[in-house]
Amino acid sequence: MKKSYYLFNPGRMSRKDNTLQFIPVDAAGIEGTPKYIPVESVANLYAFGALDANSSMYNFLGKEQISVHFFDYHEHYTGSFMPKDYLLSGKVLIAQTQHYTHQKKRLLLAQKFVSGATGNMLKNLKYYHNRDKDTSIQIDRIEDLSSQIWETDSIEMLMGIEGNIRITYYSSFDTIINDFEMGIRSKQPPSNEVNALISFINSLCYTLCLDAIYHTQLHPTISFLHQPGFRRYSLALDLAEIFKPILSDRLIFTLLNKKIVTKGDFDIQLNSCLLKESGRKKVVKSWDERLSETIMHRSLKRNVSYKHLVKLECYKLVKHILDMEGYQPFKAWW
Amino acid sequence: MHINATLINLYHICARECWLHANGIRMEHTSDTVYDGKLLHEMSYPLRADRHTEISLTAEFSNEIVLTGKVDFYDSKARTIHETKRSNKTAAAHEWQCKFYIWLFALNGIDDVQAILEYPKSRERTNIFLSEADSVYLSNTVDEVYHLLRSDLCPPRLDEKICKHCSYHDLCYSGEDLSSY
Ligand code: SF4
Repeated sequence: MKKSYYLFNPGRMSRKDNTLQFIPVDAAGIEGTPKYIPVESVANLYAFGALDANSSMYNFLGKEQISVHFFDYHEHYTGSFMPKDYLLSGKVLIAQTQHYTHQKKRLLLAQKFVSGATGNMLKNLKYYHNRDKDTSIQIDRIEDLSSQIWETDSIEMLMGIEGNIRITYYSSFDTIINDFEMGIRSKQPPSNEVNALISFINSLCYTLCLDAIYHTQLHPTISFLHQPGFRRYSLALDLAEIFKPILSDRLIFTLLNKKIVTKGDFDIQLNSCLLKESGRKKVVKSWDERLSETIMHRSLKRNVSYKHLVKLECYKLVKHILDMEGYQPFKAWW
Repeated sequence: MHINATLINLYHICARECWLHANGIRMEHTSDTVYDGKLLHEMSYPLRADRHTEISLTAEFSNEIVLTGKVDFYDSKARTIHETKRSNKTAAAHEWQCKFYIWLFALNGIDDVQAILEYPKSRERTNIFLSEADSVYLSNTVDEVYHLLRSDLCPPRLDEKICKHCSYHDLCYSGEDLSSY
């Protein structure tokens, strides 16, 4: 089973035959003991510390279809090294483009993304509502808003509704999360612990979707809900909408309410809040564990991991754009 | 359009698989099976390399269709094609693949070629010959494959036992269970 490797320390990565060699380098420039990673075991790399590497390493990673996701010192996602496309299909590319340029087709897909995301947000709210967290105001308001999704006739209008749904949804976080206040969603920089977690975990979710897309015929730059080019690989943003409530938000609730991540894991400055390395490590570990958890898939009739669910979502999109089967977004049923 | 032995093979298993494959919709190699297949090919008959050659054949079938095939082991003295497969689950499709090769030889003016289909794992082997009727059948099949691949519509799902072992299984069966909506 391939897995993700998270590099927290700065250091140098190089190719040694068919393995990767990582030599950590500390602030004084002193090298630590090298670590070896067999390349067949690598699904992708996450570089949180400064990563020193040469082109022969990237050529090697490219050949092995391994992507590298970069985060800066403030744990902002800054970009990815993506290997050359290897599963391209002209048929899929043309069909995907047509679904973008044809206004009705694009809107339909965009609506499905929003409706899937909304369904999953409601699932979360109802879950907590049944556990004595009163989210009834948000549930009612979102149900009301979601009925308008199918009445929109432009992406802008749909984005407007989506924005309102999201604001309403986030306003429930202070009810759901114990001991921490989120207030208003703030991104750059995040103003408090909850916002810091949302930003960081949402970037992880985005890279997850990006990797899944890469291993299919879909082209990551042609998106439907988000404007292509909004972020380079905007299709990953579309896909992340569906999975953020289930993967990111549920994890945030667990991490904070179960006190896995605590005040001490954050570095609070005057108007910004970031995870300390200790916090980042805990988050990444829980995220990774969550992705390998499995659920019984009802049409495949076998257990699949959360990670694989994202890949299945890509397959469903491929089928939709090839007119094989209408896309129905993944909606959590538990 | 090029139609090759793989497509003929797939067409006999599942038209949808044939269509997906021909349109470049391939699945990521997550399992070791592909690698395994390569090894099988290299390891099963290490001595064969001397006497057997790899041979590529083409034949023009019509204005628009070119037939192609690559035979890994051809024994030119015995006029025999050796084709090895992992499992006999889709034996009928394998037989048609072999017959397609023999037919390609015939279309190139090389007659009396036979094939031996081998399953080293279960130690089975079958001799394959091409009859007059087989040639007619193959030429009809090529027409059918041609029309299948010209179509923009992917054929429906098979819903057969074979789907369970197909590399497209997750693609074909990933739809949401709508009863839950
Ligand atoms: S899973 Fe079944 S229907 Fe789909 S391509 Fe394979 S054999 Fe055909």
